Amino acid sequence: MNFFNELTRLIKDNIRDYGMFIALFIIMLTFTIMTDGLFMSSRNISNLLDSAGYIAVLAVGVMIVIIIRHIDLSIGFLAGFLGAIVAILLMDVGVSVYLVIPIILVIGTIIGLSTGFLVAQIGIPSFVATLAGWLIFRGALLKVTEDSGTIIVQNETFNAIGNGYIPAIMQVNGLHLLTLIIGALSSILYIYSSISNRRKKIKYNFEVVSREIFILQLVFVSAIIAYITWILAGYNGLSWTGIIILLVVIIYHFLTTKTVIGRHIYAVGSNPEAAHLSGINVKKITYLVFGSMGMLSALSGILFTSRLQSATTTAGTLFELDAIAAAYVGGVSSAGGVGKVTGAIIGAVVMASLTNGMNLLGVGISYQYMIRGGVLALAVIFDVTTRKRGK
Amino acid sequence: MSEYILEMEQITKEFTGVKALSNVNFKVEKGEIHCLIGENGAGKSTLMKVLSGVYPYGTYQGDIVFDGIVQKFNKISDSVDAGIAIIYQELALFPDLTVYENLFVGNEMQRGGVVDWNQTIVESKKMLEKVNLKVNPETLIKDLGVGKQQLIEIAKALSKDVKLLILDEPTAALNEDDSENLLQLLLELKNEGITSIMISHKLKEVISIADKATVLRDGETICTLDASKGEIKEINIIKNMVGREINDIYPKRNKKTFGDKVLELSNWSAYDSQLGRQVGKNINIHVRQGEIVGIAGLMGAGRTELALSVFGNPKSYKLQGELIVDGKRKKFRHTSDAIKAGIAYVTEDRKGDGLFLSQDIKQNISAGNLKGISSSGVINENEEIKIAEQYKNNLTIKAPSLAQLVGNLSGGNQQKVSLGKWLFVSPKLLILDEPTRGIDVGAKFEIYTIMNELISEGMSIIMISSELGEILGMSDRVYVMAEGEIKGELSSEKANPEKIMQLATQ
Repeated sequence: MNFFNELTRLIKDNIRDYGMFIALFIIMLTFTIMTDGLFMSSRNISNLLDSAGYIAVLAVGVMIVIIIRHIDLSIGFLAGFLGAIVAILLMDVGVSVYLVIPIILVIGTIIGLSTGFLVAQIGIPSFVATLAGWLIFRGALLKVTEDSGTIIVQNETFNAIGNGYIPAIMQVNGLHLLTLIIGALSSILYIYSSISNRRKKIKYNFEVVSREIFILQLVFVSAIIAYITWILAGYNGLSWTGIIILLVVIIYHFLTTKTVIGRHIYAVGSNPEAAHLSGINVKKITYLVFGSMGMLSALSGILFTSRLQSATTTAGTLFELDAIAAAYVGGVSSAGGVGKVTGAIIGAVVMASLTNGMNLLGVGISYQYMIRGGVLALAVIFDVTTRKRGK
Repeated sequence: MSEYILEMEQITKEFTGVKALSNVNFKVEKGEIHCLIGENGAGKSTLMKVLSGVYPYGTYQGDIVFDGIVQKFNKISDSVDAGIAIIYQELALFPDLTVYENLFVGNEMQRGGVVDWNQTIVESKKMLEKVNLKVNPETLIKDLGVGKQQLIEIAKALSKDVKLLILDEPTAALNEDDSENLLQLLLELKNEGITSIMISHKLKEVISIADKATVLRDGETICTLDASKGEIKEINIIKNMVGREINDIYPKRNKKTFGDKVLELSNWSAYDSQLGRQVGKNINIHVRQGEIVGIAGLMGAGRTELALSVFGNPKSYKLQGELIVDGKRKKFRHTSDAIKAGIAYVTEDRKGDGLFLSQDIKQNISAGNLKGISSSGVINENEEIKIAEQYKNNLTIKAPSLAQLVGNLSGGNQQKVSLGKWLFVSPKLLILDEPTRGIDVGAKFEIYTIMNELISEGMSIIMISSELGEILGMSDRVYVMAEGEIKGELSSEKANPEKIMQLATQ
């Protein structure tokens, strides 16, 4: 009885955090039933993750921008523009792919920092500064693709980023071995870090959840990891896009939750004046956040160009709004100081699942937009009401 | 016995299991000034919110009889229609609009949706006369002082045929002159037959103005004191407020030995180029180790500006003169430089620029010194909890857990979190700006005790305060400021209220 009391209390207290996962679960379950299991098939899930990649990385970046009470509208066409530059460098200039990627990431960072300069140093509202960027990068994209039109990228290494899979080493009963190994390692790592964390807490005499609940948590999360691994291993295994998303999530999750810089970001978002008086360099944080946004835009451009195996004249159209929608579905607050990297990723996956599922069902594009709009509104309604109740 | 305009009977209001009010009885006679007194969290504001319909009928138990009728207010406009006007501590004016626009906002003089501005201005002048305010109605609100803004709120309320005027700590942000004006106005309104309820922490005002005073404590009515029976006395009120007699609200310090100068300013000037105003002029002050230096003065005297100009200059004033910390000349480029040099500044506006309201207690306490709990940029969260727990206990911050959002704490506890944040920086010099503003007597005493402990550990304190009692009770030495200048320096023996007020109003 005690066990269930604690469980319901935990769920109640953390409903905001779990809400997004529950929503994702319901959406996935609905589509799976409606498509007779096609939605949850290995091939489709693998596809879904790959097609969510370029929005997911933008969502992570823009969520942090929103946390510090700014916005970035330029990221869509910046991704499109840099994606075109990638294609030009690879095909026309003939630079090696191993050189192109870092170059583009650095260019993206520099462009992001210059947006940061306009916002932090000159004091232009970020909405206006990045709206200017939106126009400029759209023009720049059209300019560089003016003569050639769509640039086809014929480079297997580069195209593998958006379409390829990690090597299997060998197949075990038709399953992808390296994917299985990575899955097993993540499970072990998760269990190990949870246990050591709990030990430390106990050592400090802090309150921890009961042993039963703790074991339930471990089993539950491990089961989810195992299931995803099993699904992916049943097709071609983990994709390179999947690896990139994982890395972005791990790095940004760590940065925002465990480091001093992360804490400074939340402090600036929560109350910029108090942050300044606490000795936090608000300008530096603003630069940093826009710089990271620029880098992630570049990454998004690389993923998209690689996914299409070409750079088009309209690449990046509406990416910014998809990313912002994903961030809001993931629970970021425009009042600043609130939002999680995991939320943004889940938000991106929710939106991608909707598109993917509705495509499988043959729902018309007009209805797709309306339904996605409805889900966005619902997510924010849920967020606002649970926040009020929290008070 | 005259008739009651308002009778609130057996009012009980619960918030998810916590009783904010329990069986409160509150009766106000027609034409009197009735003060409502109590520590923070005693239930005064909740009671007024029940009265004004912020908490609609049905969410509380008990009856409200206003003007002889049992009232069932479902929303705020119901209580306004009945003739109740509340003026909150945080004014609800639009700073970028003119006086006349503010006076008629939501109540525009219109014909078919078109506003008659000329008529509006004519009417505004009449309204301003009623509150003895001589300003041009075309002035922007932001160009007026807080005192005048308050009068405009009252003028706005009076335009609506008000029978009962409620003021929530009206003088909290006012200087002595403006407070005096306001109290005078209340007396005049009383002569015109308007009943007022005033919530106040300033006992002197209560004593000077109140016909009756009701004391609330922990959500219950303790007593109603009657001025005509001579019951409204300071000691009487305090005793009822706190439920114990406070003989000495300023704890004594035993040893008073001062070390070297930790801070010295010579010919220090600060110019605010945004406002185009000299905010500090030729200031020469010093603070010795182990000393509490009080900075007295009226609001707008430049005390906060002086503190900020020393604390890394976040408002980017143009500075002149010398700043000497521990005998070394310093130039701070950022607040972080000042913190590194051992200076901490606890702001007067804890909600505005002190705390991170959307974050929890531990994140607020650690915010000034994350380096202290991290290695190579990674925060040790367990260490953070441990340290926050320590400050929570030492400063007796009352909260169910460290994960409580600071925005949900009471004023006194927020102030302690703000203080804890700066103590964790372990400064040598602590600048406290209005350290006890808007907090109750019990919490004040605790803050004073903490200050004394810090001094005995070797810290130095600059205390900026508008409360003369606090300045006199706590300081070893007092500087008096006015118009950005130091008008005088008084030792604790020589300082008295008259001298300070005299210097401050020079």
